[in-house]
Amino acid sequence: MSNRIELFAILGSLAIAFAIFELIRKGKLQEKYSLLWFGSALVLLVLSCWKNLLEIIANLLGVYYAPSALFLIAAFFGILLALHFTLVISELSEKNKTLAQEVGLLSLKIDLLEKKKQTEETN
Amino acid sequence: MNSNDKTLIIIPAYNEEGSIAKVITEIQQIDTPVDILVVNDGSKDRTAEVATSCGVAVLSAPYNQGIGATVQTGFKYAARSGYDYAIQLDGDGQHIAAEIPKILSVAQAGEADMVIGSRYIGEKTYKTPLMRRLGMLIISTVNSLVTGQKVTDNTSGFRAFNKSVINYLANYYPSDYPEPEVVVILSRKKFKIKEVPVQMRFRESGESSISSIKSIYYMIKVLLAIFVDLFKSYPDKK
Repeated sequence: MSNRIELFAILGSLAIAFAIFELIRKGKLQEKYSLLWFGSALVLLVLSCWKNLLEIIANLLGVYYAPSALFLIAAFFGILLALHFTLVISELSEKNKTLAQEVGLLSLKIDLLEKKKQTEETN
Repeated sequence: MNSNDKTLIIIPAYNEEGSIAKVITEIQQIDTPVDILVVNDGSKDRTAEVATSCGVAVLSAPYNQGIGATVQTGFKYAARSGYDYAIQLDGDGQHIAAEIPKILSVAQAGEADMVIGSRYIGEKTYKTPLMRRLGMLIISTVNSLVTGQKVTDNTSGFRAFNKSVINYLANYYPSDYPEPEVVVILSRKKFKIKEVPVQMRFRESGESSISSIKSIYYMIKVLLAIFVDLFKSYPDKK
């Protein structure tokens, strides 16, 4: 692998890891959602620094040009992250639905109680 | 059947100001004592006001949630208020209130856990467009094959439920194509389903959620949903 691409790969992985760290530190990213991000950045960083490991993996995968394997792995993590988000969104929308249903049920309860109170007062 | 049994009519409504009053008045005229709940799914028109002025309970969702979540809210209300039977009936005037005792009595007699008012058995006075009829036939064949219970009108939204189904559906209700999916899910959970022939009207106002051109697309999506339902795990019947 040429030194230039190695350098870019290392810098890129470091930048991602640093950005994630900063976001968590500032409280903008919850820890439970950051694990996969951290993992992805870490794997990419290790593979960028450790040239031989990347070549072994590339060989195993049948990829002739080692840096291509890095792209492949990065894409894999990208898909994993997208899936993770879809899971999180599904869970959130389910919770949101339940919450909205409760709001409706509660406001009807209040309506009925107020009505009852009014009729009691007029009697 | 017990004379102390409480029955709730659940009417899901989205932008039905033109028909909701008539639907409610018609139900109020039948002999069977029932309570009425309109579940207003974030309507943009005066559905809630019109229904309230008819003197029935109106539960308004804070935003438009779709038919699945709306009907489920009705079941949650029924379960918490201790109703013994629930009837689902559309807010568009398609279903005839005079048919309520017919499906309710079958549920009360304990012949089934869910009773579906079907357009497609008995006297066929309801004219369905050909493409939709074909789609319904395919859905019903597939549903009958996978569930082992023959249901001809899988999309009918005119149904009666007993307490065990009310409690089950309050806890879990499909959101995408609830009517046919409920048939599959309840069958898989060994609830008994029965169909009763009923008359239905053509819609009085508004637009059906299934237009005839979209019938094929609808059918494919329903079949996909049913297929997915076969592999999903559901909470157990209590």
